[in-house]
Amino acid sequence: MKAKIVITPKKAVLDPQGKTVQTALEHMGYDGVKAVHVGKYIEIELEGDAESWRPKIDEACHKLLSNPVIEDYHFTIE
Amino acid sequence: MRFAVLQFPGSNCDQDCVHVLGNVLGQDADYLWHKEESIGDADAVVVPGGFSYGDYLRTGSIAQFSPVMNAVKAFANAGGLVIGICNGFQILCETGLLPGALVRNRSLQFRCETIFLKIPTADSPFTSEVPEGRLLRVPIAHGEGCYFADDEALAKLRADDQILFQYATETGDLTDEANPNGSLLNIAGICNEGRNVCGMMPHPERASENVLGADDGRRVFESMLRHLEAKTGVGQAATAEV
Repeated sequence: MKAKIVITPKKAVLDPQGKTVQTALEHMGYDGVKAVHVGKYIEIELEGDAESWRPKIDEACHKLLSNPVIEDYHFTIE
Repeated sequence: MRFAVLQFPGSNCDQDCVHVLGNVLGQDADYLWHKEESIGDADAVVVPGGFSYGDYLRTGSIAQFSPVMNAVKAFANAGGLVIGICNGFQILCETGLLPGALVRNRSLQFRCETIFLKIPTADSPFTSEVPEGRLLRVPIAHGEGCYFADDEALAKLRADDQILFQYATETGDLTDEANPNGSLLNIAGICNEGRNVCGMMPHPERASENVLGADDGRRVFESMLRHLEAKTGVGQAATAEV
């Protein structure tokens, strides 16, 4: 069982990486790229019950894995 | 006065801080390993620059859970004087002792250069000894120094005069060109609401002796000293001669 966590920069935060990747994609000829956001992906291998892990993973995301001032996160446990 | 200079795995400005506080300013300055659970009898804490825990995950994110940071939090919440420089600023933001966060520089480049700082207020234990209108010339060296806070937090920083250092031109103008990393409002350093915790990206400890090209950084440490001396009533006679 794994928790799969995706962390992305909040919309209001400057994301120069996303902007640079977007420019590169446009230079490569991909038309219609509206925006690129570069974030993080974290996998945590777990044992035990998925439902009991859910609040703990949420807490870990809030306290350590993401910074709520600048980042959003969502996760699945499967 | 007794300063505790924290050491995390990856700190690399700790020795500069101890040198300036000890050898240049004649104070007691001791290293404090991150596993310590008490700051002992220190009068002030310095969280130095570097790359604590390899900057893994986010800058400063792992260091906030070091045992010593619990002691620093308790010290700060009781009114103790704490300054975080560069990575130290990032750690204090992650810890929640200061509002906001530091993100990747707008240019995506590590910036290592000398900049000018405007000091919007002398009303703090970190800027009181900067003469009015005087700019400080100090170095920066960081890849993640772009200060961000949401609109509400930013409005509060302004309303409460918590912005202590801003990137400026040589003539003191807060322009976009003078902003090396994209920080909102050209913010280079702030203090908390209680004005006893300060974080700044520039390195005053690298500009505290003329032999190194500038000694403007001394003003920051001298401000702290003056504040501590006024608080404890020690050393006032000595500093009055300066």
